[in-house]
Amino acid sequence: MNLEDYKGVFIYAQQVDNEISPIAYELLGKARELAEPLGTNVTAVLVGSGVKDLCGSLAEYGADRVIVVDDPELKDYRTEPYAHALASVINEYKPEIMLVGATAIGRDLGPTVSARVKTGLTADCTSLEIGDFPITPVPGKESKHNQLLMTRPAFGGNTIATIACPDNRPQMATVRPGVMQKIEPKKGAAAEIIEYNPGFTPNNRYVTIKEIVKAVSDTADIMDAKILVSGGRGVGSSENFALLDDLAAALGGTVSCSRAVVDAGWKPKDLQVGQTGKTVRPQIYFAIGISGAIQHVAGMEESDIIVAINKDEDAPIFDVADYGIVGDLNKIVPKLTEEIKAYKAAKAG
Amino acid sequence: MKVVVCVKQVPDTKGGVKFNPDGTLDRAAMLAIMNPDDKAGLEAALKLKDKYGAEVTVLTMGLPKAADVLREAIAMGADKGVLVTDRVLGGADTWATSTTIAGALRNLEYDLIITGRQAIDGDTAQVGPQIAEHLGLPVISYAEELEVDEAAKKVTVKRQFDDRYMMLEASLPCLVTALSELGEPRYMTPGGIFDAVDAEITTWGRNDLKDVDDSNLGLAGSPTKIAKASDKVRKGAGEKVTPDSPEDAVKYIIGKLDEKHAI
Repeated sequence: MNLEDYKGVFIYAQQVDNEISPIAYELLGKARELAEPLGTNVTAVLVGSGVKDLCGSLAEYGADRVIVVDDPELKDYRTEPYAHALASVINEYKPEIMLVGATAIGRDLGPTVSARVKTGLTADCTSLEIGDFPITPVPGKESKHNQLLMTRPAFGGNTIATIACPDNRPQMATVRPGVMQKIEPKKGAAAEIIEYNPGFTPNNRYVTIKEIVKAVSDTADIMDAKILVSGGRGVGSSENFALLDDLAAALGGTVSCSRAVVDAGWKPKDLQVGQTGKTVRPQIYFAIGISGAIQHVAGMEESDIIVAINKDEDAPIFDVADYGIVGDLNKIVPKLTEEIKAYKAAKAG
Repeated sequence: MKVVVCVKQVPDTKGGVKFNPDGTLDRAAMLAIMNPDDKAGLEAALKLKDKYGAEVTVLTMGLPKAADVLREAIAMGADKGVLVTDRVLGGADTWATSTTIAGALRNLEYDLIITGRQAIDGDTAQVGPQIAEHLGLPVISYAEELEVDEAAKKVTVKRQFDDRYMMLEASLPCLVTALSELGEPRYMTPGGIFDAVDAEITTWGRNDLKDVDDSNLGLAGSPTKIAKASDKVRKGAGEKVTPDSPEDAVKYIIGKLDEKHAI
């Protein structure tokens, strides 16, 4: 493998039902940052069936070039034809960096593709930067410049490790959704469009889709919320979440929850914040009756302001809260809702 | 029908995570358990044994003490255990690990291979799909339910996605990665524990791996290298107050949010 042959920052532009997933724009935002010190450009790889008209928005969010693999075999996500599409693009166009979202799709596609193109893959990255490997020079060891340094939590968020992939290309990472920032879209921006089809011949590795069942959800995506009112086991019951609904409504925010709440069946899984749920970074995060298990904290600690209300003064949530209130949520939350309404009314008036 | 379940011995995070003075994990001070997703996969395999008389082999890669999880699996009902252990395999990343396990699996007969979705120490979810890639097998990850049609040599899997699930059908042999939803693991039986003590664990080293190149094994054969590892630096605690009344609590919160122009 001649490393010099590999150039450019590529992202996998995930689409589901022919709609670009938010992670694709987040990856483009990060890719632009990484491309600058490398003096290179950004390519989005779009895979699907009838997806060509999605190229425009990828250009607006920062792609210089879009490689489209469009084939009827790619109608719904399946590991094999998608892995064949992405691995073929990598072998043909030789990127130095390949970023994939750490979504349910990306965490399936990434490992298969990385094994096929024989490179390393760093999972669930929360930070990416260009730097030297080794980070600090080691006597007698070659110092490699312009390497992708990939930082990820491990062990349920208890440790973080920075990983490099110095001798193989592309340097490949899956990136946790909700962590990287998309850029302000440039209306009317255009990208170079390349259509590429490596050919798809079904074999034993193609699975058959018998049925697709979508969960019906009318709730807003908690990852997009500016204010989250999040409840834990301490809320006590499904009915008592009404207190949080009211507060969220007064603030113009959205309700989310901890894993214990989902396990108890009080709220659906798509509202769960944490290691096995979603990573959020709202402007204000209210942690109400949430003890603050490390797996929960891993999903919300990047919030701008964290307000915690808990009756247990030793709850670990207070270790990450900017403002911690020891007290009874049943008494505090309804009053807070009233006062927020009054505050907003006064401000508007 | 022959089923191989790949399991990993991992430190238990439930009792709290312990660190060495240098900030690395103190694995010796933590209890070692069978990785939860792998255990759910084992349960699914044991159900196939109950139903169709499938032969269940458990395979692990690790230090010699990882044989403990194989004995636990046998005590739950598995038929055979294979331990892959060798100094030259240490420090492997997911590429080198999956290469190693694929090399061991080439010595075994299987219709179905089950791995856990991910291990609680690394959380990568990579090794299962990568084994399938090395062996040229179809892979279905994130399995919630699994049904085998022995006559048709097919497996049907309910595969979980973010906002949906898919019912997928693959031809055997196939590799499936298990979510914990796949099965609530059964307890070890007294008879099983008795069997497990006496059970012979097959131990394989580097030379027993089939069609594997040295350049793809262990630390040296791992494309990814650790540049830096540390205990996570967390945002420090802010203020903590215990107000005398709910009114004071509310005044405090609104005061702070107003100060920050947050609302």
